[in-house]
Amino acid sequence: MELLERFAADDLEAFEVLFRQHQREVYAWIVRIVRDTGIAEDLTVETFWRIYKYRARFKPDGNFRAWARRIATNAALDHLRHARRETALPENLLCAASSDSAVRGEQRESIRKAFYELPAKYRLVATLALVEEETYSDIARAVGISESLVKVRVFRAVRMLRKNLTSLRVEVSVK
Amino acid sequence: MSKEEIDKEMKELLKQAIAPARNTELPRDLWPQMLARIEEQPEPPYKVPWFDWALAVILSAVLIFFPGSIPALLYHL
Repeated sequence: MELLERFAADDLEAFEVLFRQHQREVYAWIVRIVRDTGIAEDLTVETFWRIYKYRARFKPDGNFRAWARRIATNAALDHLRHARRETALPENLLCAASSDSAVRGEQRESIRKAFYELPAKYRLVATLALVEEETYSDIARAVGISESLVKVRVFRAVRMLRKNLTSLRVEVSVK
Repeated sequence: MSKEEIDKEMKELLKQAIAPARNTELPRDLWPQMLARIEEQPEPPYKVPWFDWALAVILSAVLIFFPGSIPALLYHL
């Protein structure tokens, strides 16, 4: 019997094999959304717990990787919805800001603050599309919405970000 | 400056303010945690949906209060 068939048929060993095969990829996806290594580890376990719980719904001829990513995205989105908005970005996940960066520290902080004020579903797509530069089609598959809706959400996220910055009285200028 | 230009500039600012995640390597195997989670949260026994219970109650009530309906029910089975 194939691995996915055994998994769907309640075989714990098959689940362990799948877990070990996919845990790194699921973790890497989640950490890019939540931007916290500790939380990403917990959410990776939560993702696989959901996978295990709903294994009977999985069709063995389906795409396990895509299914896992979809569940991981939902778990990360649930976290963004419930977590405090002003979660600080851990330094180990950030690229070191170059000294000649066009954006001043204060302005950068304001942008981050405004970004974390965005509703979770907009922050999710904006993080993946604008920060992580994932393709719209990959985001659409992971979130379970159409590509055009991803574009709409990114557009709205940028508009909301601009509005938030205006309310924080931050001047929008790269130079 | 048009709204489109501001939006474009906003995207650039965001990229500079929030850099892509660098360390996305999983530092350790999470299987022991996963196994502990499975063991501490065993699956609940199979639950009958509330709708099925409601149907059973209604059917029982009909059979008890209107026993004359039993032959009709058997006829239609």
